[in-house]
Amino acid sequence: MNQVFARSPSLKDVQTHFCPGCHHGSVHRLVAEALDEFAIRERTIGCASVGCSVFLYGYFNIDVVESPHGRAPAVATGVKRARPDSIVFTYQGDGDLAAIGTSEIIHAANRGEAITVIFVNNTTYGMTGGQMAPTTMPGQKTSTSPYGRDIKNDGAPFKMAELLSNLDGVAFSARVAVNSPKNVLSAKKLIKTAFRYQVEGRGFSFIEALAACPTNWGMQPLAANERLADEMIPYFPLGVYKNSANL
Amino acid sequence: MSGKLFVKGNEAVAMAAIEAGVRCYFGYPITPQSDIPEYLARELPRTGGTFIQAESEIGAINMVLGASAAGVRAMTSSSGPGISLKQEGISYMAGSELPGVIVDIMRQGPGLGGIDASQADYWQATRGGGHGGYRIIVLAPGSVQEMYDLTMLAFDLSDSYRIPAMVLADSVLGQMKESITPNPRPFCELPQKNWAVRGWKDGMSQNVVKSLKLGDGEMEKFHWEMHARYGLLAEKESRWEEFRTNDASLIVTAFGSTARISRTAVEMAREAGLKVGLLRPITLFPFPKKVYQDLSKRCKLFLDIELSTGQMIDDVRLSVQRDTDVAFYGRPPGAGSLPTPEEIFEQIRKVYK
Repeated sequence: MNQVFARSPSLKDVQTHFCPGCHHGSVHRLVAEALDEFAIRERTIGCASVGCSVFLYGYFNIDVVESPHGRAPAVATGVKRARPDSIVFTYQGDGDLAAIGTSEIIHAANRGEAITVIFVNNTTYGMTGGQMAPTTMPGQKTSTSPYGRDIKNDGAPFKMAELLSNLDGVAFSARVAVNSPKNVLSAKKLIKTAFRYQVEGRGFSFIEALAACPTNWGMQPLAANERLADEMIPYFPLGVYKNSANL
Repeated sequence: MSGKLFVKGNEAVAMAAIEAGVRCYFGYPITPQSDIPEYLARELPRTGGTFIQAESEIGAINMVLGASAAGVRAMTSSSGPGISLKQEGISYMAGSELPGVIVDIMRQGPGLGGIDASQADYWQATRGGGHGGYRIIVLAPGSVQEMYDLTMLAFDLSDSYRIPAMVLADSVLGQMKESITPNPRPFCELPQKNWAVRGWKDGMSQNVVKSLKLGDGEMEKFHWEMHARYGLLAEKESRWEEFRTNDASLIVTAFGSTARISRTAVEMAREAGLKVGLLRPITLFPFPKKVYQDLSKRCKLFLDIELSTGQMIDDVRLSVQRDTDVAFYGRPPGAGSLPTPEEIFEQIRKVYK
């Protein structure tokens, strides 16, 4: 019998705490596959953030540093500068990276820190129960935008992959999604590219992964997947926004 | 380096950090400590170390957190407003049992305050400063030589006890030039940093540096463990200096630059025939409680002098025998508020019995 699918060796054989239909598990898997692919698991250090992604150490077979809310790019800077031979990545949600941590992400990117940032955008604060995030879409109802996000009051959602692509220090910036097999395959390729750029010493690489949060969106997993395709992707277009290899 | 050097207190801190083997410095400009990042920006890269001028004080302390988690000696420095911003990171470091050195060259506050000398951040430094209930090691130099020596000690104590360590000085000590002997780093047996993140290789165990403690009873256990460690620290690492306390019927107590001015005042008192001594705590946390307990068995009158309306006096009162009187003379920080020796001598006369 041919084995066609197996757990990634970079992942632990455990059940996650993620809700049904949550995309964190898929993104974890793709990151783990990239570590497997380049055989870098043993020299990889993960920087966990605050939010649903805080339990990184419970799911990956790697050493992990926990960071204060939003500070993972600064923590990763410290780790990478102290151990330049290691592969360092942060894994952050939208509240963490695009609200409380804007200063840290922009400056780490601008310095061209040789790290990889995995940014999971699900348009809400998952861990705290579905409040408005910096990426919450116009009109989207959350527990702190009960009448829908009002751009006049709250500003427009951040488009981080585009924003960071304007900085000279960024070697690679792309937005992916994991809502369909096609998008997963494309996401896998781009996440691998992001890590490859770090392995090759090209500088800062950034992946924004659009993700569903069915629990806080108040949707069934399949409906959440549809919302991602119908509403999020048109607003947050997928693709590569910066690729230093093309410059 | 050898022989004598004539340097600023801030430069002595930076030189000592290099001698202590600091590999990473992360900081942000703020008066009156900017000589420290300026010196290290120039000298640290020459030793193969990393200097980054961070985007913020918050960025800087979190870079220290990361570098320290990766097992190297890391430090930052700042002053009041910047130290306030760093408290988040210091709390996380304390919760993650991470070493690291933070230098605080105190200026006036609250708020933007001013750049003259102050001791009004004593509470912030010795009570932990951030959320959650923790302490950090606090060393208070009284000379440029001690700025050098105690910076090296801060690294060793921090690594030994896995508690962040602060060098707490003020703008007088930071900006003052004195001759020092740049001693080589003293030998200190240090534990292996086998907890540091370094890449989880097969056959090793996973290292996770974190402050999140959700397990049943896990957080309570952590707090009692730290409580015991603070006790050990007090027992083994308390440091102080005594000057003519043997026969004193009044003991002046002060730390840092105020202790220097007080010493001159004590000398004046002795010349006037008054039996006065000086007790200068060098470790503010752990506070050298025992020496206060012991001296107050005999001497029932203390005079606490501070550049504030009174903060260290809390620790002095908690430490002396219950029948001891603790008088206070303070000059809240600000331009022109540094007391003269004559002024302190006058206070000595006033309370001396």
